[in-house]
Amino acid sequence: MNWDWSTLGDFLPAFRSGVLVTLQALVLGALIAFALGLVWTLAQRSPLRVVRWPVTAVTEFIRNTPLLVQLFFIFYVLPEWGLTLSALATGVIGLGLHYSTYTAEVYRAGIDGVPPGQWEAATALGLPRSRTWTAVVLPQALRRVTPALGNYVIAMLKDSPMLMTIGVLEMLGQARQFGSRTFHMNEPIVTVGIAFILIAYPASLLLRALERRLAR
Amino acid sequence: MPADTDPLIPKPATAANGSAGRELIRLEQVTKRFGDTTVLDRLDLSVDAGRHVTLIGPSGSGKTTILRLLMTLTKPDEGTITVDGRRLFPAPEKQCREVRKKIGMVFQQFNLFPNMTVLRNVTEAPRTVLGLSRDEAEARARELLDLVGLADKCDMRPTRLSGGQQQRVAIARALAMRPRVLLLDEVTSALDPELVAGVLDLLRDIARSTDITLLCVTHEMGFARDISDQVLMFDAGRIIESGPPEKLFGDPDHERTREFLSSVL
Repeated sequence: MNWDWSTLGDFLPAFRSGVLVTLQALVLGALIAFALGLVWTLAQRSPLRVVRWPVTAVTEFIRNTPLLVQLFFIFYVLPEWGLTLSALATGVIGLGLHYSTYTAEVYRAGIDGVPPGQWEAATALGLPRSRTWTAVVLPQALRRVTPALGNYVIAMLKDSPMLMTIGVLEMLGQARQFGSRTFHMNEPIVTVGIAFILIAYPASLLLRALERRLAR
Repeated sequence: MPADTDPLIPKPATAANGSAGRELIRLEQVTKRFGDTTVLDRLDLSVDAGRHVTLIGPSGSGKTTILRLLMTLTKPDEGTITVDGRRLFPAPEKQCREVRKKIGMVFQQFNLFPNMTVLRNVTEAPRTVLGLSRDEAEARARELLDLVGLADKCDMRPTRLSGGQQQRVAIARALAMRPRVLLLDEVTSALDPELVAGVLDLLRDIARSTDITLLCVTHEMGFARDISDQVLMFDAGRIIESGPPEKLFGDPDHERTREFLSSVL
């Protein structure tokens, strides 16, 4: 294999900007996924059928169609209806929306895992419904699901190169652009691969440590 | 009346305010079914303020269901429930919440909130439901935790405590809401044998030193004999015998009562 350290040096500025874009998409996408997933979960517990059914339909639809199709839809089809978003905004929203349907399931499991006795104690003390959620149920549920949420952040990281297809210059996008300009593919691709490991592996170790800590 | 001059535990049913011996709880023709099983069958029950009533009987005879109905953890299929002259069931949600405030409950599994410290467990409801300030609520909580012998555990998580300690925190938590009725649902069943006495002693103290109305479901017959002025024997969703403990434990009228007592004693 051809390997030229000076080529690697030439790639570094583009790589650095790619890392920043990847992290930006990941952080913002995760925030959307965390927040929106909770909204889906709570909506699915609504006593009103007119709230529950559309939310179930939408989340099932999003979860069962490919992220790539959703990205293309947001980027190429929505502008037809007057909603034009930048490539990065599309990527962030696409990632966040797609993964929100998974985090919703995680939250649901976490909430179902709170023992009925906790709800009963809250009722016996006369706590209002909203306070029961915010002070008793959600803190316990979130604690339970933190490791599972973390796993989805790592999955999002690994799906982030899909944003390349709509022109977001994240790590892999930068590598490909550099490669087609200089005809050196080896150095940028290997660098990006290593970068993914360097981000994902410590993150999963951190999660495992967190999981142990929370299990106590 | 400012909170700091309030008695630690309410004494609502004293002769002074004229409510002693007044009817506090009334169930009329209450029926509760779970699927095909009738747990309570057209049950009538009346409990006067300040009484200590123990519910005994084989498991599945409907004792715990009565407590759960009073705490509105479940709803009857038929009948009416009245507490202190106000309808608890059937009643609009708002009234139900109001009436429910007079009632506190201690559970078999403690059900403390593991995400809060011991102190927060006791102050949470007084602050959010009664609107006490943080200082008022904490002062009161510390007094109650002192009463149950756990003043030094305020800042610990409940999961770090023994079962007996957790149950005593749960008792303090229930009392912090100043209920007129305290429902005790097999509060020692989940405890290791050596921890039972501490909890029962505490409840004896509370029963002796206050006028709170107690409804206990228990398998501790010694405790039941000790604490109650009235014992209700349940069988198949009905009260088959009731009377003072001396009578019920000493010379029961009903054959089923005798059978049950000989099986548990």
